[in-house]
Amino acid sequence: MLVLCWFILFMIGWMNIYASIHSSEPSSIFSPEGRSGKQFIWMLVSLVFGIVILFVLNPHIYESLSLPIYIAVACLLVAVIFLGTEVKGSRSWFELGPVRFQPAEVSKISTSLLLATVMSQFGFKISRPKDFLSVAAIILFPMLVIVGQSETGSALVYVGFAFVLYREGMSGWVLFLGFMAILLFVLTLAASPYTALMVLAGVTSFCDAVYTGKIKGWFVKYLPALVFLGFVPVILENVWEAAGWNPENMVKPAYIFIGVVLLTLPFIVFRAYRTRSGFTVLAAASLLAGVMLVYSTDFLFNNVLQDHQRKRIEVLLGLKDDPSGVGYNVNQSMIAIGSGGLFGKGYLQGTQTTYGFVPEQSTDFIFCTIGEEWGFVGSAAVILMFVFLIWRIITKAERCKEAFTRIYGYCVASCIFMHLFINIGMTIGLMPVIGIPLPFISYGGSSLLAFTIMLFIFIALESNEKKFAS
Amino acid sequence: MILDRRNKLLIGLGIVAAILIARLFVIQIIDNKYKIDASNNSMVYNTIYPTRGIMHDRNGNILVGNKVAYDILVTPREVEAFDTTAFCRILGVDRDFLETKFAEYRKYRRKIGYQSVILLKQVPTETYMRFAETAYMFPGFRGQARNIREYPFNAGGNLLGYVSEVDQSYINRHPGEYKSGDYAGMTGIEAAREADLRGEKGYSIYLRDSRNKIMTRYNDGEMDKEAVPGKDITTTIDANLQHYGQELMKNKVGSLVAIEPSTGEILTLVSSPGIDVDILADFGAHYNEVLSNPYKPMFNRAVQAPYPPGSVFKLVNGLIGLQEGVLTPASRYPCSMGYHFGKNKLGCHAHRSPLDLEESIMMSCNAYYCYVFRNILESGRNGNIAESMDKWNEYVKSFGFGRKLGSDFPAELPGFIPDSKYYDKRYRKGGWKATTVISLSIGQGEIGCTPLHLANLCATIANRGYYYIPHIVKDSKLVSIDPKYKEKVYTMVDTSYFPVVVEGMYRAVNSGYGSGATASVAEVKGLDICGKTGTAQNPRGDDNSVFICFAPKDNPKIAVAAYIEHGSFGARWAAPIASLLIEKYLNGEICPERKPLEKRVLEGDLMDKVKP
Repeated sequence: MLVLCWFILFMIGWMNIYASIHSSEPSSIFSPEGRSGKQFIWMLVSLVFGIVILFVLNPHIYESLSLPIYIAVACLLVAVIFLGTEVKGSRSWFELGPVRFQPAEVSKISTSLLLATVMSQFGFKISRPKDFLSVAAIILFPMLVIVGQSETGSALVYVGFAFVLYREGMSGWVLFLGFMAILLFVLTLAASPYTALMVLAGVTSFCDAVYTGKIKGWFVKYLPALVFLGFVPVILENVWEAAGWNPENMVKPAYIFIGVVLLTLPFIVFRAYRTRSGFTVLAAASLLAGVMLVYSTDFLFNNVLQDHQRKRIEVLLGLKDDPSGVGYNVNQSMIAIGSGGLFGKGYLQGTQTTYGFVPEQSTDFIFCTIGEEWGFVGSAAVILMFVFLIWRIITKAERCKEAFTRIYGYCVASCIFMHLFINIGMTIGLMPVIGIPLPFISYGGSSLLAFTIMLFIFIALESNEKKFAS
Repeated sequence: MILDRRNKLLIGLGIVAAILIARLFVIQIIDNKYKIDASNNSMVYNTIYPTRGIMHDRNGNILVGNKVAYDILVTPREVEAFDTTAFCRILGVDRDFLETKFAEYRKYRRKIGYQSVILLKQVPTETYMRFAETAYMFPGFRGQARNIREYPFNAGGNLLGYVSEVDQSYINRHPGEYKSGDYAGMTGIEAAREADLRGEKGYSIYLRDSRNKIMTRYNDGEMDKEAVPGKDITTTIDANLQHYGQELMKNKVGSLVAIEPSTGEILTLVSSPGIDVDILADFGAHYNEVLSNPYKPMFNRAVQAPYPPGSVFKLVNGLIGLQEGVLTPASRYPCSMGYHFGKNKLGCHAHRSPLDLEESIMMSCNAYYCYVFRNILESGRNGNIAESMDKWNEYVKSFGFGRKLGSDFPAELPGFIPDSKYYDKRYRKGGWKATTVISLSIGQGEIGCTPLHLANLCATIANRGYYYIPHIVKDSKLVSIDPKYKEKVYTMVDTSYFPVVVEGMYRAVNSGYGSGATASVAEVKGLDICGKTGTAQNPRGDDNSVFICFAPKDNPKIAVAAYIEHGSFGARWAAPIASLLIEKYLNGEICPERKPLEKRVLEGDLMDKVKP
C-alpha cells in the first residue's frame, strides 16, 4: 500500500516536472537531457535502492548501525561546509562527478534511526532530564549544523521531531508553549505588542482557570476586563487628544498594563503559594516569560535581524507588499495556483508555469504547476494523498510491537508532514519562502532518493515485524 | 475513538491539511484577483484601434475624414545601446528630448516594467517610413499606426470640435470606457457624438514568457477581437455654405447661424474668430496658442454668447401684443424722435409718424414698441405689473429664449430673460414700473440671447408660429437622432398673428431705398427675403450689428441670424452678410449687382474696433 502511494506521488511529480519544463525543453518526457528524464532515471535508482532495502538487507542492521551511520553523516554535514560546492548562497551540496547530493537529506534518516534506537532502549523515560537532553542533543546537533549551512528550511524540518517526542511521552505543554511562542511572535509583529500582551494575558489566565476549574469565573471576570482593556489605547488616545496633549509624549498604554501586572503578580503568586496551587505559579511565570518574549521579539526584529530577513517576514505577515522584490516568488506562485480555478487549465496548458513566471518551478515550487494545471481538485487531491500516506505510516507504526519501528515510523511521518506543510504553505503564502522540496514530487535526485530510502526502511521494518508476528 | 496521543496528532494533521485546502479554495475559487493577475502576466493584449467615424455634410461631402499617422513606441527594457545621433536625425527630434524621455523611463522603470510607452506621437508617414527602414538598428522601438483626423473643407472648426488623447480626469469621468492613450472627441460634434464615432477597440492576444518574449498567438487568434469602426455621421451642415459663411465673417467678431426652417437643421454655424481646421488635427500642439488668443476662438459665440438682441426683438413684443389683444395690425402710434415719459426719452430715428404695425417693423420705430410694451405690462389683463411681467417672460421663453433650446450641440447656454423676481431683487418689491424696464421693448437692457436663439426666432416666424429644435446631426442609416428633433414646437402666440409680422419683414427689405425701410441693402431680386435689422448697444464701443432674415417669403428654405460685434447699424454689416449667405444658398452665386457688396464684406475688417 505504501509502495503504491510512493509510486503515485512519484508519477504526479514526474508528470508535473515535465509540464513545468516542456516549453523550454521540448523533448520527450523520457529524454535524459531534460529534467523529467533525469528524474525518471533517479526513480529507477531509487527503486533499486528500495528493492535492496526490502529484500536484501536485514532489517536488524539499522538498529545496530544507527550510531555509526549518525556519526558518519554528522561528519559529512560538517565537512560539506568546508568542502561543498556553493549553490545559491548555501554550502550544502557535495559534487561527485555528474551527481550532486545534499548530506542534509540523508541526515534526516540517520537522525531518525538514532532517535529510534535511543528512545526504544529499555528504561528510557523522556521525562527524565538526562534522557530528554540526550534526545534533544541528537536532534539539535544536525539542526544547528544545517542552520550553519544557511539551509534554514531544512533545519526547520527537525522541529517536526517534537511530535515524535510528544508521542513518546513528552508533556503536551511543551508543544503548547512552542505554539504560543510562535503566536506571540507573529502577533507582536503583525498587530502590536499590546495586542500580543492582551492575548497572552487571556490565554494564561484561561489556562489557569481551566486547570483550577473556574472557567465560569473567567468568562464573567477576565473576558470582559480583557475586552475593555483592548479598547483602552484608543480611549486614552482620544482622552489625551481632547486634553490637548500629544499622545506620542505620553506613557504608552502597554507600559501601564505591564506596571499593573508587575504590581499585582506578587500577590497572586503569594496566594497561589499559600493554596499550594503550583499551576498558577507556573502560569504567572509563563506570563512573565511571555512579556519578555514580546519585547525581545520587538527588539530582535527591529535591531538584530538583517534587512533581507526582516523583509521576508514582513512580506509573509502582509505588513509590506512587494510584488517585484522579495514577494515576487510568492506572488507569482499564488497567481499561478489561483489561476487554476476549480479544475485547472489542463495538463501542459498552464500559461504561468510553462512560460516561466514562477521561479524554481520544477523543484521547490512544483506545487504551482499542479495548482495551475489541475486546479483545486488536483491540488487538494495531492494534499489528501499525502495525508493518507502519513496516516498510513502512523497507523502502521502504532501496530508495531517494537518501539524502534514505531518511533522510526513517527519520525518518517513527521518529516514528510513538515515538508508538506512548509513547502505547500510557502507556495500559497502561508509560510515564508524557505526552499525545501515536496517529498517524492519535486525534481531533485538526492531528495527523491533520500525520501525513498527513508520510507522503504520503514516498510522493511514493518513487514519484517509482520513476518515475525505470524 | 480514544483521544490518545496518536489520535491527537492525527487530528492535528487533519487540521493542517484543512488549513492548506481552505487556503487553496480561497485563492483558486473565491478570490478572482489571482486569475486577473494571471492573464495580465502571460497575455499581451495588442490593441487594435478602430477607425473613427467619418462626418459628412448634408450633401454627402466629407467634412471630417481620417488619415494615418504613426506613433513611435518604445519598450525601455528592450532598448539596447543604439546610435542616438542617427535616431534623432531620422525622427527629427533633438538629443535633449531623448535624454529627458529616457531619464523619465528610468525613474518609472518599476511601473513601466515590460510595457511599451509612446515616445513620439503622430509622426508623419514619410518620417515613419524612414524610421521603418532602419528600425533594425533600434531594438525596443516600433511604430504603431493611428488614425488621425483630416479635414477636406475648411469649414466648421468650432462646430466639428477636436479629438485628442484622453487625460486622467477624462478617464475618471468615463469609468471603464477609456485607457490612457485612447483618443476622444473633446468639443463640438466630436464630443456630442463620441459614442457613435469612436467605434470599439479590438485586440489580438499573444502569450509571452516571463522574459516578455512573445511566444505564440493565444488560441491561434480565436479569442482575438476585431476592432469595430466608428459609425459615420451625416451632419446637417452644408459644407460649401459653411465655408462661405466663414469667409464672410473673416476679420469680424460675431456669429452667423443658418437654419432650414422646415426641419430645424442647422445649415451653417459660424463663430468668428474660430478655430481653423488645420489646427484641429493636431490640437494638442496648438492648444496653448489657441488659449492665449485674446479673441478666444474656443468660445463658441453662436451658442454661448448672451447678446442683447436689439430691435430684432420688437418682432417678439409685437407678436405678444397681438396675442394679448393690446395691439392690432391697424394700431397706430406716434413717434417724435423717440418715446417720452416724464422727463426721460427713449430716442428714435427720423421717420414719418404715426405708423401702423407693419410699418413699425419696416422702419423699426422704437416709440411704437414702447407703447406696445407698456400696454402689455399695464393692460391689467394678467394682474399687476409684476404678474404681467411674468406672463411676458413666459411668452418670450416659449420662443426658446432664456433657456437652452435643447440642440444636440454641446455647451449650449440659456441666455437670460428677466422676470418680476429679478427686478424685485434689483430695485425692491414694487420699486419698479413699466417705464423702468422700457428698454426691454426694443431688445435692450437685461436681456441676453445667443445667435442660435435669434436664428431660431427667425425660423419660427418663417414657419408662421412654430419651430423644430435646431440640430446638427441628421438621421442616417447608422445613426438615428432623438425624436424630439422631429416635433413641431409651438409658441404661445397663435399662428394667425404671424403673417402680419412677416409682411412687415418683407417690406423692411423690399420697399426700396427712400421708403424708410431699414433693410433695403438685403434685397435680392426674385428671392423675396424677409428680414429685420437690429442695432444693439454695446457698452464697450460701437453698437452691435444684428440682422435676421429668411427666404423665400413663402415656403422658406433658409433662416439666418447674423450678429456682428461693433458692426454699427444692422444694415451696415449684419444685413449684407446674412443676405449674401441666403443668396449663395438659394442661387448658388452672387448676382453681378451685389458683387461690390460682397467685395466690401469679404474685405471688411472690424477687428480694430474690438477691444479684446
